[in-house]
Amino acid sequence: MKGTPKHVIVAGGGVAGMEAAGSLAEMGYRVTLVEKGEDPGGHLLQWHALFPDRRPADEVRSYLRKRIVHHNISIITRTTVEKIKYHPGGTVSVNLSGGTDEKADAVIVATGFQLFDAHRKEEYGYGIYDNVITSADLEGMFNRGRVAKADNSVPARIGLIHCVGSRDEKVNNNHCSKVCCVTAVKQAIEIREMLPSCEIFCFYMDMRMYGPYYEELYRESQEIHNVNFIRGKVSEASVNINNRLVIKVEDTLAGRPLKMELDIMVLMVGMEMEEAGAKLAEASGFKRGINRFLETGDHHYGNNLSGVRGVFYAGTCTAPMNITDTISHARAAVAETVRYLDGR
Amino acid sequence: MKPEGKKRIWAEYQKEIPDDHFFYVRSCIRQTFFAGSEQVFLKILRNDLGKDVFEDPRHTTCTGIGYHGDVVPFETIQAVVARHFSLATEAGYRHIAISCVTSFGIYTEILETWKHFPETLERTREDLYKATGRTFEVPETISHTSDIIYKFRDEIARKAKYNLADITTGKPLKVVEHIGCHYSKMFPKYGVGGAEFPHVLVGMVESWGGDVIDYPERRHCCGFGFRQYLVQANRGYSLFASRKKFESMEPYQPDMIIANCPGCTMFMDRWQYTINEIDGITYGVNGQGIPVLTYEEVAGLILGYDPWELGLQYHNVQSIPLLRRMGIKADPARRFLAKDGTRLPEPANLING
Amino acid sequence: MSLNQANKFGFVINPSRLIDYDSSDRKVRDYVTLREPSFKLCFACGGCTAACTAGQHTSFNLRRMITYIRRGEIEPLRDEVTRCMLCGKCLLVCPRGVNTRNVVAVTAEAISKLDRNEL
Repeated sequence: MKGTPKHVIVAGGGVAGMEAAGSLAEMGYRVTLVEKGEDPGGHLLQWHALFPDRRPADEVRSYLRKRIVHHNISIITRTTVEKIKYHPGGTVSVNLSGGTDEKADAVIVATGFQLFDAHRKEEYGYGIYDNVITSADLEGMFNRGRVAKADNSVPARIGLIHCVGSRDEKVNNNHCSKVCCVTAVKQAIEIREMLPSCEIFCFYMDMRMYGPYYEELYRESQEIHNVNFIRGKVSEASVNINNRLVIKVEDTLAGRPLKMELDIMVLMVGMEMEEAGAKLAEASGFKRGINRFLETGDHHYGNNLSGVRGVFYAGTCTAPMNITDTISHARAAVAETVRYLDGR
Repeated sequence: MKPEGKKRIWAEYQKEIPDDHFFYVRSCIRQTFFAGSEQVFLKILRNDLGKDVFEDPRHTTCTGIGYHGDVVPFETIQAVVARHFSLATEAGYRHIAISCVTSFGIYTEILETWKHFPETLERTREDLYKATGRTFEVPETISHTSDIIYKFRDEIARKAKYNLADITTGKPLKVVEHIGCHYSKMFPKYGVGGAEFPHVLVGMVESWGGDVIDYPERRHCCGFGFRQYLVQANRGYSLFASRKKFESMEPYQPDMIIANCPGCTMFMDRWQYTINEIDGITYGVNGQGIPVLTYEEVAGLILGYDPWELGLQYHNVQSIPLLRRMGIKADPARRFLAKDGTRLPEPANLING
Repeated sequence: MSLNQANKFGFVINPSRLIDYDSSDRKVRDYVTLREPSFKLCFACGGCTAACTAGQHTSFNLRRMITYIRRGEIEPLRDEVTRCMLCGKCLLVCPRGVNTRNVVAVTAEAISKLDRNEL
């Protein structure tokens, strides 16, 4: 690259945005990273440990934090990108919340995902029954070092409910969020290690162990940690007179309905298109797929392309993916961006 | 349990319930099984609340029993319901008040069908016109009559002579509320509070001083179902479902059950006798049965109507211990006397005396 | 249920099909798991049942039997466990390496102990 460094705006400071910003900066581009929260880090900020090797999330967090410490990167927080527009001649203008505008040579959209709002599955009683929590709430408990019921007592049986907000037409999400199955297995093992006498049940529709070492983790959960798996979608939860949760499910392998009491029910919430990203897409005329994530230029060989000149996509704004794939996708977005800028 | 969580859901499922001028459509079976309920609904609305409720003697069954029993086709029932709309149109009414949950479900099903498949509405207009020469307007609102009592629950509470509490201890009565499946399970948006946590009866019980029991099988069907009771050999399914509910509510020691569906009220009442005959079990405290009341009967009791005028003596499970707890006086000598003093038939096998 | 009661109403209370996990009994599961730990590895693919000779002409289903053991549904096991001819073909097919043949043998043992109040 010769002359004045070209300027790239990265919309979103999660895993994809941080990796993209870091890659561009080390190649000599000037980067503005726009993050809506207090700090960059995205959803990773609230996670305790990661699948499949259960390394502390902090290790990946520090990698990413270091990645964006660079004199070429300036970071704007508490700000969202509201609109992106390509102007003939090559300038891309960006409207930021708060009324300021920025100009760049290219933009990488990395607005990410949001977790499914578990309140919407009314039949599970999230926000009503004391001991119904989400997988993200459970990570919070891991961070605090204690898994306990709302009354602070020790749970004897915990159920993890897969596919909450995923593969479910009733909440307008037909897609699979991919990472929840392996997250459930990871969390089941973590609970068993913290509370060895606590029984764990995973209620699943299909076990989608798609990544390297996921199937191995699943096997380990059965063989070493005695995690139980029941195939069936939980239809409703209620509480009994002892304030213990009672769930209804079909044990589809037995072909009979099953009722079980639980101390804590964990809802494995799925991924949805992030709201600010959706507004940005609406304002900028980006196409969205039937899963409401951003639709890429080509599903096989152009899935960082936006269809708008100078605008590229990175990470889970295009589809649910794990951290490994998100980082790879962000690097690919950088490659596409560089190819575009160099070729102009 | 976090009450604010339920309030959040209730806020999402609010329907339009009109304030006045109702076209009333009765149930086939309610006047037989809960003889005073529909009458007291009219009295409360007209006399206590000063509302205009219109009835047309030409109104017929909606044929829901036949529809769910697979002998009346959907086209036919649409024409029958269209005829009811035609009677309402003719009388100048745009708000339908439906006494029966089966009918209510059918009305909602038909209105949704017409909305999504407008050609079915045109076809129904044609069918009705060919058969009767009638035309009709689609009503502005449809309310179940429990929606209407719900709307006026606080006004009723202000006029109340009694409340849902023990007169000696002052403690609220423990009330099980049961919602008919076709009130909101098919179309949650038509029910006050939706399908998972309906508010329609909860709102009444709370306004009238009672405590609502939320027990594990609260959402379970009573087991009524036309196929289950029309075929005698199938009634064991129905009985099983009701027993499942009774067993689930029993630990909470409920004082009463309030229901908004004809089938539920009847079967949860009658099956207590049947289960008692078969298994010798009752589910209330001290070996008693749990009285099952319609929301109109409960509203009537609150407002000070005579329990015998409400028809409570014609339930299998009698409410005498409940009335005593609420401090409601009911003259035992007049229990089976008609207004003109003639003696009414006395049912056999009553529970709670 | 006596015939008398059935006659009075023309129907009886239907029996429950529910697996009530909190009232069923996991003694057999615990016995089998202890003596044949590979039992824990079954992920219900049904390969054993497809390979099973007995299952081709009787209702024997090893995959379902394992599910019943796990849930603590003892009654259906009594009949099931007698149908296996212990040929061992299921062992060849199991992708998780469960010692299926021994699972059947140990289950039969557990049930006979249960009946003698030794479990």
